[in-house]
Amino acid sequence: MSDKQNVFAAVLAGGSGTRMGNPEKPKQYLMLGSKPIIVHTIEKFCASNSFDAVLVLCPDAWVQQTRDIIKRYAPECGNSVVVIPGGDTRNDTVRDAVSYLCENYEVNEETVLVTHDAVRPFVSHRIIRENIQAARECGACDTVIPATDTIVQSDDGEFIAEIPNRISLYQGQTPQSFNLLQLKDLMESLTHEEEVILTDACKIFVLRGKKVALVRGDVANMKITYPQDMRVASALIGE
Amino acid sequence: MLNCVYRLVAPRVFEPVQVDVPASASCVYVRPTHLSICNADMRYYRGARSAQVLAEKLPMALIHEAIGVVVSDPTGTFKVGSTVVLLPNAPCETDEVIAENYLRSSKFCGSGFDGFMQELVVLPPQRVVALPDNVSMEVAAFTELVSVAAHAVARFDAIAHSRRARVGVWGDGNLGFIVSLLLKTWFPDTHVCVFGRNSYKMNDFTFVDETHLSYSVSPSAGALDHAFECCGGEGSVTAIDQIIDMVKPEATISLLGVSENPVSINTRMVLEKGLRLFGSSRSGRSDFIKVASLYDQHPEVPRYLESLVDNVFDVRAIADMSSAFEADLRKNAGKTIMKWNV
Repeated sequence: MSDKQNVFAAVLAGGSGTRMGNPEKPKQYLMLGSKPIIVHTIEKFCASNSFDAVLVLCPDAWVQQTRDIIKRYAPECGNSVVVIPGGDTRNDTVRDAVSYLCENYEVNEETVLVTHDAVRPFVSHRIIRENIQAARECGACDTVIPATDTIVQSDDGEFIAEIPNRISLYQGQTPQSFNLLQLKDLMESLTHEEEVILTDACKIFVLRGKKVALVRGDVANMKITYPQDMRVASALIGE
Repeated sequence: MLNCVYRLVAPRVFEPVQVDVPASASCVYVRPTHLSICNADMRYYRGARSAQVLAEKLPMALIHEAIGVVVSDPTGTFKVGSTVVLLPNAPCETDEVIAENYLRSSKFCGSGFDGFMQELVVLPPQRVVALPDNVSMEVAAFTELVSVAAHAVARFDAIAHSRRARVGVWGDGNLGFIVSLLLKTWFPDTHVCVFGRNSYKMNDFTFVDETHLSYSVSPSAGALDHAFECCGGEGSVTAIDQIIDMVKPEATISLLGVSENPVSINTRMVLEKGLRLFGSSRSGRSDFIKVASLYDQHPEVPRYLESLVDNVFDVRAIADMSSAFEADLRKNAGKTIMKWNV
């Protein structure tokens, strides 16, 4: 991993804190081929050679096991990866990553943070590279693909309120990438009410009137959420 | 680690496949940056190979001409960030007599094994050669083709008798251009005569001594000490016939053009003149090293090669790959380069 690129990655491996051995354990720890999903994702970021460090934020109860897993399945990544506990919500976890970086590394106005779901192991190097570039140029970016399904909006869950024009709709993926200090400032400016409704870090920038660039994602950059997703993911790697 | 490989699954159809590549402390990790399309790739893409060959070899990632940037090297051989050329030939044994590119056991990327249309290429350091930084990336992309020409010229030097006053090169395509250029560079006193079918192409051969339209060769064109056939395909038959007529006794004829069908040869005149016909194909590590050194010592060579760069495509998705291959199908001459941004 090259030195002093002023770019950091945060692999967000939050989710349930269920203990090892439980069949309901978080998806990122399930085996995909010969390795846990989270290891595939970490390897992608380490191999991109673009980051000063790759943070992995996981449930507190899983920190040591995550370190063990990385040591066992991807020992070559060991020097670049730092495993720390994440928060209860996605935004809390991003905030933990920002705090850790500010406390432990030399960061400045140019520092970029690339955040990514641990359960998206098929992220491509193009997507990572274009995220870094867009975050440098714009301050924030989101990885998206054009919406293929018609999106229906309902306010009461019973009747359609609106059917937005699909041409202007996209499905959000990750990475989401930011100028680190801008993200920190905006997160600190949130009121409690705003924090409750903000489930997405990019939304913070939008809420404050900042531009967020779009990076073209890929349908292959799928999120492994449901049991059937595992079957698709396994098929993608020829399992 | 998961690596996306873009395979041709049927003529004109690419498909991404995720391959789990085991980490290796004895390999170099290279991100391909510039890929160059070869006629051999196009024969698969168009479905011009026989149905049996297509059934045996596909799905397969194409491309054997590529350069990239080292992203990690646990072997410590290459500096991270350096530009390197990727060697498609993977020898499985060594032989004191037979070169690695002729050993039947060797594997070749883009011909039975996945080529370089991949997110990341993991190779032993023996299959990676550093390039000097004075070469444009687009030219460096087809270093493999230059190494094939270098290999053929080196074999000519080893096999042909010492009289090399006039040497003919048949073919006005990319290979003819490169072979002629290397002949003039390494044998500056040799009179190099090019025979082709297109005067507009031969106008770019500014470094040779003579050019002739092969279908109207002047009777005054002098006899040749040796010749190279760089036509391939249907053109091989008439080219080899003409070469046999025009070379002096005991000449060598170096065959480089690939033909899908057997080519008939006037063996009576081969015997009468005592000619030596020998084939050359592909190249080995030493040829790549020789070319890297050539680029460094003769900076005019990569500058001449720039005239071969035809189309450059920014490739970020499967549709861009198809566009590049379709454009190569329509091109008159030159090389199609893919800036590999997948």
